[in-house]
Amino acid sequence: MPEQLLFAMEVILNGLMAGVLYALVALGFVLIFKASGVFNYAQGVLALFAALTLVGIMEGQVPFSHLINAIFGTDLHHFGWEIPAIAAILLTMVVMVALAYLVNHYIMRHLVNQDPIILFMATIGLAYFLEGFGDLMWGSDIKNLDVGLPQGLNGFIDETTFNAFGYGFFIDNLDIVASVVAALLVVALVIFAQYTKQGRAMRAVADDHQAALSVGISLNFIWVMVWSVAGFVALVAGIMWGSKSGVQFSLSLIALKALPVLMLGGFTSIPGAIVGGLIVGVGEKLFEFAIGPMVGGATENWFAYVLALVVLVFRPQGLFGDKIIERV
Amino acid sequence: MLYREAGDFKTSYKDDSQTFPIRIDRWGYYAILAIAFIAVPLVINDYWASAVLLPFLIYAIAALGLNILTGFCGQVSLGTGGFMAVGAYACYKLMTAFPEVNIVIHVILAGGVTACVGVLFGLPSLRIKGFYLAVATLAAQFFLVWLFNKVGWFYNYSASGQISAPTRTVLSIEVTGPTASPWAKYLICLTFVTVMAWLARNLTRGSVGRKWMAIRDMDIAAEIIGVNPLAAKLSAFAVSSFFVGISGALFFSVYLGAVEVGEVFGIQKSFLVLFMIIIGGLGSIFGSFAGAAFIVLLPVFLKNVLVGGMGWATDLAAHLELLILGGLIMMFLILEPHGLTAYWRTLKEKMRLWPFPH
Repeated sequence: MPEQLLFAMEVILNGLMAGVLYALVALGFVLIFKASGVFNYAQGVLALFAALTLVGIMEGQVPFSHLINAIFGTDLHHFGWEIPAIAAILLTMVVMVALAYLVNHYIMRHLVNQDPIILFMATIGLAYFLEGFGDLMWGSDIKNLDVGLPQGLNGFIDETTFNAFGYGFFIDNLDIVASVVAALLVVALVIFAQYTKQGRAMRAVADDHQAALSVGISLNFIWVMVWSVAGFVALVAGIMWGSKSGVQFSLSLIALKALPVLMLGGFTSIPGAIVGGLIVGVGEKLFEFAIGPMVGGATENWFAYVLALVVLVFRPQGLFGDKIIERV
Repeated sequence: MLYREAGDFKTSYKDDSQTFPIRIDRWGYYAILAIAFIAVPLVINDYWASAVLLPFLIYAIAALGLNILTGFCGQVSLGTGGFMAVGAYACYKLMTAFPEVNIVIHVILAGGVTACVGVLFGLPSLRIKGFYLAVATLAAQFFLVWLFNKVGWFYNYSASGQISAPTRTVLSIEVTGPTASPWAKYLICLTFVTVMAWLARNLTRGSVGRKWMAIRDMDIAAEIIGVNPLAAKLSAFAVSSFFVGISGALFFSVYLGAVEVGEVFGIQKSFLVLFMIIIGGLGSIFGSFAGAAFIVLLPVFLKNVLVGGMGWATDLAAHLELLILGGLIMMFLILEPHGLTAYWRTLKEKMRLWPFPH
C-alpha cells in the first residue's frame, strides 16, 4: 500500500478516537438540553471542576488553602494522606451530586419559563463562577491526573499493522480505553433513559414539563438527577481528558469543541452526539493532514465550526435533530 | 415634583417624539455631554484613561452594535471578538497603506469593511435560528482569528505577528501611537461614542428599527405582514458589524496601540460584550452603556479592593473576580432578567409619581 494512504488511515483512526472524546462531552450537553431545555455552556467547566476535585481528593489537598492562608496567615497545603483512585472517584461523584442540587436549588429553579437565551447566559455565568470557584478551592496550577489508566503506544496494534502493511500505526492506549468507556456510557445512558422509571420520567419532563408535573413527577428531583448525570458524564470526560493532557484551565475549552459536534448531530439526539463527534474528529484530523500544511496549519480551531455551519445551511436542525416546526 | 411631563408643552409632532420627553432628562443629557466633553479632559490622567474611560467608551460602541443585532433583531451572536478583529486589522491595513489620509476616515472605513464581513457571516441566519445561529457565529469568531494569525499579509509580515498603530493626528493633535496624550485619546473616543449612540438611537426608533423588532418578536409573523426578513436580518448584521468594527478599530489604534489577535480578540471578548448587553438590558441604548460601565468598572473595583485594600495575591484576586462576575451574572438574571435598564425604568416611573404614589 502507498505510504500516503497508510498515513491517512492512521489519521482517520486517531480522528475516530478523538471524536469519541468529543462525543463524551457533547453527551452531557444533550442530556441536560433534552431534560430541561437548558443549553448548558458550563459542561466543559463542569468537567474541569470534576477533574480538579478528583485530583484534590486523591492527593489530600486542603480545599481553599490559598484563601485560608491569605486571610489567616496560616500555611496549609495538604492533609498528608492519599486516597485510592476508586474511593476518590466515588467521593468526587458525591461532590458532583451536591453541586447538581445546589445548581438546581439556587439557580435553575428560579429561571423556569425564562427565554432559552437567558438560561444559556445563566450557564455562562455558572461557567465563570465554577471556574473561579474551582481555582480558589484547589489552586490553578497544572496537575497530573493518574487513576491507573494505561497510556502510551499500543504495542499490539503497532505490531499487527507493521506485519500486515510494513508500517505500524500509532494508537494511544488511553484513547482505546476512552472509546470503550464512552461506548459503555452511551449504552448505559440509553438503557437508563428507555427502561428505568426515572429515565421515563426524565423523558416525560423533556417532552412537556407541565404535563409531567400534572401526573405527579417531581420536577426538582428530575432536574437534580439530570444535572447529576451530566456531572457524572463530566467526571468521566474530565478523567479521560485530564489523564491525557493534565488538569488545567484548557480542559474547560473542550466545551467549545463539543458545540460544533452538537450542531452537526442535532441538540436533541444522543446518537447524533456520537455520530457528530466521530464526523468532527475524523474530519478535522483529515483536513489538517491534507489541507493544513498548505494554509499554515492549526485548522483544527475552526474546521469543525465551519463544517457544522455548512451542514446547518442544508439541514437547520442538524443531522439527527427533531424537525423544527414553526407556527405563527 | 420636578420630574414629570406636566407643564412642558409640546407644540409640534417633532417635539412630541423626541428622545427625552421630560425636561430634567434633557437638561441632564446636555449636562453630561458638557461634563464629558469639557470638564473631564481637563482632569483626566493616564490611569483613568487607560483603566476606566477608554475601555468603557470603546466597549460601549461594541455593546451598542451587539445590542442592535441581539437586542433589537433577536439574532444572538458570539462572533463579536472576531468582528472587532476585522475592524482592527482593516484599520491597520488602511493606516499603513494610506498614511496621508485622516485616521477618522480609516476608522469609519474599517467599520465599513467589518459590515461587509458581517453580512457574509449573517447570510446563514436566514436558515439557521436561535442557538444554532449563536453557535454558527462562533465559526466566524474562530475562523477570523485564525485567519489574522496565519496570513502574513494582514499583519504586514511583521516578525512578531503583532500589529502596532503608527502615530496619526487629528487636527494636528496626536491621537494614536505611544506619545499621544490621554485627553486626546479620550476625546476622539468620546466623539465616536456620541455620534454612534445618536445613530443607534435614531436607527432603532425609525422604520428600520421597527422592522428589526418585528423580526425579533416573531419572524414568520413579521414576514406575513410585509417585513422582508432578508433585508431586515442582513441590515441588522451590517449595522451591528459596522459598530463592532469601529469599536475594534478604536480598541486597536487608540486604546491598545499594539495587538496580538488571539489574545485580544478571542472568544472571551465575545462573551464579555454579550454579558454587557445582558446585564445592561437587551434592546436598550442606555442598557449598552450601563452594561459596559458595569463590566469595565467591576474588575477595576475588585482589584483595588482585594489587591490594593486587603493586600491579597493577584492570582487569588483574579479567581475571586471570576467567581464574583459569574455570581453577579446569575444573580442579575434571576432577580432582573431585563437588566440594569429595567431598574432605571422603574426608578423613572417612581420619580414621575413622587411624592404622591397613588
